[in-house]
This record gives sequence, C-alpha cells and structure tokens, in this order.
Amino acid sequence: MERIDNVFYSYANKSSGLIDPEGIEALCSDLEVDHTDVRILMLAWKMKSEKQGYFTLEEWRRGLKALRADNVHKLKKALPELEKEVKRPTNFVDFYSYAFQYCLTGNEKEKQKSIDIESICQLLDLALGFQFRSQVDYFIDYLKIQSDYKVINLDQWMGFYRFCNEINFPGLSNYDPELAWPLILDNFVEWLREKQT
Amino acid sequence: MLLLFIDRSFTVPSFDVQVKLGRGNMEIELEQGWEIIERGITRLKNILEGLPEPKFSSTNYMELYTTVYNMCTQKPHDYSQQLYDRYRESIEDYINSMVLPSLREKHDEFMPRELVKRWENHKVLVRWLSHIFHYLDPEFIPRRSLLPLREVGFICFRNLLYCSDDTDLDSPLFRLIKSEREGEEIDRALLKNVVDIFVEIGMGQMDYYENDFEDAMLKDTAAYYSRKASNWILEDSCPDYMLKAEECLKREKERVSHYLHSSSEPKLLEKVQNELLSVYGNQLLEKEHSGCHALLRDDKVNDLSRMFRLFSKIPRGLEPVSSIFKQHVTGEGTALVKQAEDAASNKKSVGLQVFVRKVIELHDKYLAYVSDCFQNHTLFHKALKEAFEIFCNKGVSGSSSAELLATFCDNILKKGGSEKLSDEAIEETLEKVVKVLAYISDKDLFAEFYRKKLARRLLFDKSANDDHVTDLTLARENQTSFEEYLGNNANANPGIDLTVTVLTTGFWPSYKSFDLNLPVEMVKCVEVFREFYQTKTKHRKITWIYSLGTCNLIGKFEPKTMELIVTTYQASALLLFNTADRLSYSEIMAQLNLTDDDVVRLLHSLSCAKYKILIKDPNTKTISPTDSFEFNTKFTDKMRRIKIPLPPVDEKKKVIEDVDKDRRYAIDASIVRIMKSRKTLCHQPLVMECVAQLGRMFKPDIKAIKKRIEDLISRDYLERDKDNPNLFRYLA
Repeated sequence: MERIDNVFYSYANKSSGLIDPEGIEALCSDLEVDHTDVRILMLAWKMKSEKQGYFTLEEWRRGLKALRADNVHKLKKALPELEKEVKRPTNFVDFYSYAFQYCLTGNEKEKQKSIDIESICQLLDLALGFQFRSQVDYFIDYLKIQSDYKVINLDQWMGFYRFCNEINFPGLSNYDPELAWPLILDNFVEWLREKQT
Repeated sequence: MLLLFIDRSFTVPSFDVQVKLGRGNMEIELEQGWEIIERGITRLKNILEGLPEPKFSSTNYMELYTTVYNMCTQKPHDYSQQLYDRYRESIEDYINSMVLPSLREKHDEFMPRELVKRWENHKVLVRWLSHIFHYLDPEFIPRRSLLPLREVGFICFRNLLYCSDDTDLDSPLFRLIKSEREGEEIDRALLKNVVDIFVEIGMGQMDYYENDFEDAMLKDTAAYYSRKASNWILEDSCPDYMLKAEECLKREKERVSHYLHSSSEPKLLEKVQNELLSVYGNQLLEKEHSGCHALLRDDKVNDLSRMFRLFSKIPRGLEPVSSIFKQHVTGEGTALVKQAEDAASNKKSVGLQVFVRKVIELHDKYLAYVSDCFQNHTLFHKALKEAFEIFCNKGVSGSSSAELLATFCDNILKKGGSEKLSDEAIEETLEKVVKVLAYISDKDLFAEFYRKKLARRLLFDKSANDDHVTDLTLARENQTSFEEYLGNNANANPGIDLTVTVLTTGFWPSYKSFDLNLPVEMVKCVEVFREFYQTKTKHRKITWIYSLGTCNLIGKFEPKTMELIVTTYQASALLLFNTADRLSYSEIMAQLNLTDDDVVRLLHSLSCAKYKILIKDPNTKTISPTDSFEFNTKFTDKMRRIKIPLPPVDEKKKVIEDVDKDRRYAIDASIVRIMKSRKTLCHQPLVMECVAQLGRMFKPDIKAIKKRIEDLISRDYLERDKDNPNLFRYLA
C-alpha cells in the first residue's frame, strides 16, 4: 500500500493533493502511452475516477490494487491485460457508458447531461474506433454536417453502441425506424441511405 | 278417370268381419292365398294401364284385405313377412315390366311427360296396394322396424330413376329451360310436375331433389350464363351488360316461382351472379369508355345505382367499386387544387376563395352519390372520407388548407368580405365548412387562424355581432365612464377625442406591443386615460397596443384640406413632418423607435401606394434605408376623407410557430399522461396511443413524438429500460 501511495505522490500536485492533468501527462510519458490513448481512459475506468483529468488518492489506490501494480513498471505491464478485460462484452458496455459520463463537466449541483458534438466525435473515435471503425467514421462525418443536435446525451450515446452491435453495416437492412431508436440515428440512417443511392 | 275410381274417402272396414274361405276355419296356404291376392293386384294394374276391366268393387277389396288379414293372424303360419316382401315385389315387377319399357321408348320432351304420367299412376298403385296390405302397417311393420308400405312403394320408383341409365331425364328438361331463357314459350306445367316428383319422392327430405335434379340444373345454368357472359362482356357496354344482368336475375327468380322448388332460389341466383358478375366483375368495371370511371365522370347516377345493386350481391363485390369511387373523387379534388395553384400563380387572389367553395360543392355532390346511388353503405362513406383526406391536406401555393378554410370563413363573416350572404346562407355554408374541416388533420391550425381572424373582426368590424362578447361590452362601458370623467374634469381633457378599448389579456390573441414614441399630442391622451383608469382599479396593468390603433388626421394640403384615416403608426410618422420638412429613413426610425419591418411597411403605405402623402427620394417603388421623405403639400383627391390602409403583417408564420409550440406541449402532455397510467410501455404502442389521443386536433409527426420522448427522458420523466431498449418506464 505504501508503495502505491508513494507512486501517487510522485505524480500528484503538491497543493491540491490530486494528480492533475500535468501529472497525468507525466504518468503517460512514463508509461510510454500517449495521453489521448484509450488505455488511459480504461485506467480511469478501472479506478472509477470521477473527474476527467484528475485522479484522487482513493481512485489511484483502487485502480492499482485491482491491477496488482505497485510501481510504474508493473502498471505498464498490466495495461494489455486491462485492455483485454475492458474489451470483454460484459465489461465493455459498462466502460462505454462510463466513458460518456466521465467526460461530462460540471460539479455535483450543475452536472451537465450532454456533451458537445466535437468532444463526442473525439470520444467516439477513442472508445469505439478500434471496434467499429467504419460506423464510427461515418457517424462522425454525419454529426459534423447535421444541425439538429448541438449536443449528445447518454441515451443517444448508448443507442449508437447498440446500433453498431445490432445493425448490419453498411447494408442497414435490419434497421427499423419504427422502433425506439433515438431520432438522431433515424436521421443518420436516412442520410447514409441517401448517400448509397 | 282411373283416379276417380278410388274415392279418397275410402275407409278400411273393421276386421271383425271374417270372410270364410272354402274350407271353413282352416289355415290359408301361402300360395293359395297369394293367388287370390295376386289376381286382384293384376286387375288393378290393368285398370291403371287402361285395359278393359270390370269395376273393382268394395267387395273385391274386402276379399283381398281379409285374405291378408287372415294370412297374418292365423296360427301357426303367419305369412306377414312373405306378404310384405311380395308387396314390394309386385310393385317392382310392375315397374320393370311396364314402366321402364314405356319410358325407354320415349324421347325428348315425351320422356318427362311419360314420367309424370307414370308417377301419378304409381302413386295410385301404391295407395291401392297399401290399402290391401294395410294390416301390415300397424303391427308387423313397427314390430320389425321395417319401412312402411308407402315408403317402400316410393323407394321402388326412386330406384327406377336411379338405375335407369337409358333414360336421360336431364337433357330434355334443361333443353326446355334453355328455350325459355332464349325467349320461347314452354310447357311450365310439365317442368313443375317433374320437379314435384323429385320433391315428393324424398318424402320430406330434399336430398333427391338436390342430388338428382338441382345440382345438375345449377351446373347447367352456370354453363349457360358463362357462355352468355363471355359474349356480352366483349360486345356490350358496361351499362348495357348490367341491364342484361339485372334482367336475367329477375327472370331466374320468376323461374323459381314458376316451376322450381323455393329452396333453389338463393342457390340459383348465386350461380347466375357468379357467372355474370363475379367472373367478369373487374373487366366490367374497368371498361374503358363505359366502366365505373366513365360513369362517375359522366354523372350517370342511374347506372351507378344499378351497379351498386348488382355488385352488392356478390362477395366483396363492392370493394373495387368503392375503390374506383375513391380514385375518382381524389382525382376531382386534386384537379381543384391544381386549378387553385394555377390561379394563385397568376396572382388571382379570389382563386383561393373559389377553391374552398368548389371543395364544398364537390363534397355536397359526392355525399349525395353516397346516399343516393350507394345507399349510404359504409364502404363508400369511407372512400369519400379517405379521398377528401388526401387532397384536402394538400395546401395551395404555400397556404395550408387549414388557413384557407379560416380565411374563407372570415370572408363570409366579415363586413366588406368578398361574399355577401344572408344569415341563413352563412349558417348553411359554415355547416358545410365544418364537414370539410373533419378531413383536415391540422385542426388546431385552423382553430388558431380562425381565432386570430375572429379577434380582428370583433375589434375592427362594425358589422360584427359583439353583444355576446363580454370584454367588448365592458370596454364600451369603460369608454362611457371615461367620457364622463373627462366631462367632470375639464383640465384633464387632452384636447383630442380619444376612444380606448380595454381588452383582457388571455381572452384575446397575443399582440406584440412596441414602445412607439408617440407624438406629443397623443402622449397627453395616454396619460389622461391612465389617470382615469387608476381611479377605477389599482390592481391592473395596462399595456398599450399602438399597432392596433387608428387616428383621424386633418391634412392641410394646398389644394384642399382633407381628413386622413390612418393607423397610429402612420399618424406618428406623419406628425413628425409638422416640425421638419424633410426627414431621412433613419431619422424617422430613430424618432419613432420602431423596427425596420414596421418602418418600411408604414413608409411604403404613405409614399409608394395609392395615396402618396409623402414624397420619396429617390422615387423608386420600394423603401430602402437610404431614402428621404418630404411632406407632399400638393396631394389631393376627389374625396374629402380618405382611408390610407396599412397592410397587416403576415401573421401566418407566427400562427404556425405558435401552433407548433402548442403541439410540442400537447405531445409532451399526452406522452406523460399515457406513461403515468401505464407505468411501462413499449415504443410502438406508445406512439400509436399518442397519435390516437391527439388525432382530434392534429396529426402528430412520428419524428416529433420521438423527439419529445427523448426530451422527456433527458428531463427525467421517463427512462429507457436497461434490458429492452424498446421499453420505456415512467419515473414518478
């Protein structure tokens, strides 16, 4: 435990007592992972970190203990295993949902409920890009040109994951707009179909 | 002659009389007794054949049936069984030796004639023999559960008909029927008699009639009409064909009453209908120049009525007819829409009023068709409704039909509208409008337009009947009090006649109010009224709607002084020229504190329209922000008093916006209501119920409903189920 705490303090900001974005960048370079890499997000998930860009001591302890790492070297070695764990279908939904909520800003009182389009595009790429490359690419294109929605909420976010899993792509033959798909996906499919003709 | 020999009321004597035969009380031997009986039978048969025979007396009868009696009651040799069998054999023998040969040698029409004759004879024979063998009936036959004598006799004749391969009964009969169908006179009695054989021989059951006669008759009929129809469909027009069909059905019905059994009627008519109407129904309806479309186009109500009568008899026969009717009405309606579009693009604004009138007339016309030609059948009511729903919801040149209807009503009701109608005519027309309104899905849009126009009529239209509008009555009373107040407070008098109409917010459509900079003279008026109003009530706040006000100005023009009736906005602009000769657009706008839209509109009405009170520099047809204006001292008109209209802002966009907003709330409320009571519900049923609930006022867009559901989710009224994404749950 002590070793874990020591590693924490080596990255933490002295005055706030948290690892802040600067600390995270340093950590990333030590882990030899880009700070925009999805594995950092996975690490945050493992820690159940609440605020994007910051790790508390408790969160740190939680994550490293679970990964059985008490130094940076072991942590780095644990990353591939962590990736596999996240990608397991049962965990992935949870991770995917977490990714969205992690990116919401605001404090307890005024918690945001949606994320702006640009951030969503980045997040989609990060969280789903490796699994559903073409769907993500097309959807990002669509999000950028449509004007109905300026933000995306959790329901739409989760809906897209369901879409990737259930709907034939690019055929789209089994998509039924009469079902309860979020409207933005109905519009996305319409747009795609128009493009295909 | 033979029939009269046996009196129907012949009674069987009691069996107390015992006739003793030759050997006293001794038993009668079978053959012995039979000889006597047979002799008697043979005599009867001869009589039937018309051979010379002495009369058969009642003593003869008594001898015979007593013999039977004795042979049945004697002991120990009771010959009942044998007598029973020989009874039948006698009849069979007679049929085989006499009846069958005589039938075989007859052909064509003579065969059935012979059959009828033979049947009559047979009935007599059976009756006679039954009398002779009567003793078997009450005891022996029931004891052994055998068929009664009469039935045995009839069955023998039945078997003849069955087994006679040589005797073709059908052909001669059907030939007769065919002749009658072709218009010839035939012996109807003969046919009736033959048919009666089939009925009688069934002894209460219709099997024989149906199997041995009716089936073949129906097939023959079907074949006959099939041939006829295949010719007629090629040669005849639809109305002519239908006339023939109707006539055929009538004749066949008569045929039944003349010589067929009544039970054949529905089956016969069904066959005829099938061949004439079901088989060729579509071809008939779709005949190019005379089919259903053409009849509708040419208003051939009689033919259409006939068509309805005929096709209502066949299964699902009316469906294609109602479908063509629907197509036709839709076509007529769509043509009206196109006409109106064309008129509108040629800038004929009266085209829209005419369009609504024509739609109403179209409705009247085809409603009459539904009730007269189509006997108010639901299929046709439905077709009419669907047709109107299709084209009534197409707008005309950018205006929705909801708006057109509201404008139409306004024109009828307002003074100076395009139509001058009596109160009765107005009421009648409005009733018809309501009927057409039923077809329009955006009923709430109609309501909103109507409401706005009604408010305008109430506020400005002198002819409008506003006695029952409480607010206006109050406003009038208010004005009276105000005038009294001015009378009592001389120094409060602003020096200008002022009339104020006070309206209660909420009862009226919302009107935007702008902070118009009033001319000094009017400012005093407003203040005076405010003071007065304070004396009446302290709790109310007044908001002035200058955009609705009017003003009478005296214009001192060089040629002559004139009175100008203008709006408050126009008056404010004109009064600026009391203190300046020339003003620029921007100066005017700054002084008045109005929006560009309003300024452009009002300056246009004063300088570019019919009456040029102001001279614009440059002298173009539209207002631009760089223009300058001068008072036109030289202005004049032959009238002393003119009204300078200010065209109202097009409220259309606002109305549509307002209605859309209301719809969003309505959809929200509906979803919440449904989910509150159901607790959980899947997407599709939720959407369907929502549409059903709101249908009275408008047809909600499915996408709009989806959007509202999502909005309600993000506002935590609902949530999506974790396991079933199609299921929603109400969050209390």
